[in-house]
Amino acid sequence: MSNSSNKEVLLSLKGVDISFAKDGKKFRAVKNANFDIYRGETFSLVGESGSGKTTIGRAIMRINPLSAGEIIFKGKRISGKISKEEDMDVIRSIQMIFQDPAASLNERATIEYCVSEGLYNFHLYKDEEDRIAKVDAALESVGLLPEHKSRYPHEFSGGQRQRVGIARAMIMEPELIVADEPISALDVSIRAQVLNLMNKFKEEKGLTYLFIAHDLSVVRFISDRIAVIHLGRIVEIAETEDLFKYPLHPYTISLLSAVPMPDPIIEKQKDLVVYDESKRDLSGPKPILQEIRPGHFVFANDREMAEYEVKLQQMEKERAELDK
Amino acid sequence: MSERKIILSAKDIEVKFRVRDNYLTAIRNVSLDLYDGETFAIVGESGSGKSVFTKTFTGMLESNGEISNGSIMFEGKDLTKLVTDKDWEGIRGKKISTIFQDPMTSLNPIRTIGSQITEVIIKHQGVSAEEAKAQAVEIMEKVGIKNAANRFDEYPFQYSGGMRQRIVIAIALSCHPEILICDEPTTALDVTIQAQILQLIKELQRDLKFTTVYITHDLGVVANVADRVGVMYGGQIIEYGTAEEIFFDPQHPYTWALLSSLPQLGEKGQDLYYITGTPPSLYNKILGDAFAPRNKYALKIDFVEEPPFFKVSDTHYAKTWLLDPRAPKVEKPEVINNLHEKIEKMTSKGGAFYVEQQQ
Repeated sequence: MSNSSNKEVLLSLKGVDISFAKDGKKFRAVKNANFDIYRGETFSLVGESGSGKTTIGRAIMRINPLSAGEIIFKGKRISGKISKEEDMDVIRSIQMIFQDPAASLNERATIEYCVSEGLYNFHLYKDEEDRIAKVDAALESVGLLPEHKSRYPHEFSGGQRQRVGIARAMIMEPELIVADEPISALDVSIRAQVLNLMNKFKEEKGLTYLFIAHDLSVVRFISDRIAVIHLGRIVEIAETEDLFKYPLHPYTISLLSAVPMPDPIIEKQKDLVVYDESKRDLSGPKPILQEIRPGHFVFANDREMAEYEVKLQQMEKERAELDK
Repeated sequence: MSERKIILSAKDIEVKFRVRDNYLTAIRNVSLDLYDGETFAIVGESGSGKSVFTKTFTGMLESNGEISNGSIMFEGKDLTKLVTDKDWEGIRGKKISTIFQDPMTSLNPIRTIGSQITEVIIKHQGVSAEEAKAQAVEIMEKVGIKNAANRFDEYPFQYSGGMRQRIVIAIALSCHPEILICDEPTTALDVTIQAQILQLIKELQRDLKFTTVYITHDLGVVANVADRVGVMYGGQIIEYGTAEEIFFDPQHPYTWALLSSLPQLGEKGQDLYYITGTPPSLYNKILGDAFAPRNKYALKIDFVEEPPFFKVSDTHYAKTWLLDPRAPKVEKPEVINNLHEKIEKMTSKGGAFYVEQQQ
């Protein structure tokens, strides 16, 4: 089970609310988000579009301001106003990989410039020689060649472009990477390359990821822990294994049932579990995110908590019998 | 299967695009028979030619492209002979309809949903505005729009992504087409919405009895919808068969590679399988098997001579020299061996993807 006590918390969201003004009305895109990301893990945020997962990612990048709560990185608050030195340090330490590699690279700049841009902005190189050595090393680490430096983004395939995007982030020697749907726009075979590459950096450099995605099959393969988000609200957090073994929140279950399996016999028999909040019994006090097992949190009130407890015990019993 | 009626028959289709002074051969001698009422899925990666191929069924190739060889027989007519929009009238959008990936770009943002559906009905069926509206509301209800009469006068931006795709489906079906081409219909949608849209198309197909062609790169979608599957690579169909044959008894190394790289089959902590290299350039003449340079099972002959289709069963054919009697015996990769047993384990009690059925 999780022994979170001896892990270092790298990033922490505490009571984060993010609102946008829409037609003069306030729209709460993220509602009271609380979670920790430990150093060296891949933490995934899963939910459908409009659920607020990208908004959280952008808040960590300090693009979206918070309307309540705070974000702590390495023990220091990074949301709101911070000093210029801290600002520089955070920009370098937290990097982002985007969904569409074509849109995130400057079409008119060479790969050398695209990858060096961060170095230029922060003067993170001794001299030209040092900069070029760093660019070469970054390109090599993502499986590209030094001679690719002089080329332009359009000369590369989608997978190669995404690797340039990763090189661009890696050259800053970040501690945390926010990867916003980094493989959704890629072909199946290329997805595997990018996922393997991300895992390689995690192992070799102890890199930490916040992985934002909507597809649980990919998330299962890459993450250590998963948070499920629905309409701005985190409804369940658990270690990957636990979330798949013991899904509790009905929305998590509907996401799981929607994972397409590569098997025509099973896929054609499958019953779809559609999540409809309006059909749920929401009576009782206001629900909050509660820990039901060590490291396994679910958004529930006390009545629902009791129901989940019964269900969870049942699942654990079945699991124990299966394992025998 | 063999006694079923063929509704469309494409033979030896070759499509070329003129790009500056060069010619790019996007489709290289592809033949396909579509059976009445079936769901045929074409799977392939970007650039494999899957969209271009089906665009020839509705004459929607970009202006620099042309069908340089072959025929497409539909209702006794050769569709490759049709040139002007007038020639296509009565077929494109009426008998053969297409749904595209992004519902927002297929809808006009500044016109109401209702007017966009009735326009198609009036144009193709020549009915009165009132009759068209009645039909439009009916079809909106059919695709699952609740309160359709009230939402008739709303604009696309007032609909969610999944609802917009339902409207696109409603428009495509408003003329009761014989063939519905779904070009990556759910790629822009979320997984839960995707599952609902696939379900909807299946139900409508059962009611309205049309033939469906899916174009997708997602093998999970293929498994969900397809009766038969064709795998495309480098402008050719390299293997086709029933869905069961393609998933459980694939023969072409490219089909193996596609299946092997699925994250559903990945073990945590281990690398996922991936295909090295890049797809072939379609500007050059391709010698032999287009997949050979990326294929670790490639034989010498694969680099020299194009393989013919070898028969695996009455319904299953694959274009790989590995099926030649003289070829060495090669087993498919372990990860996709006994695929059905593996997936069955994953989705039954105790497996990673088991979901308890709700009462």
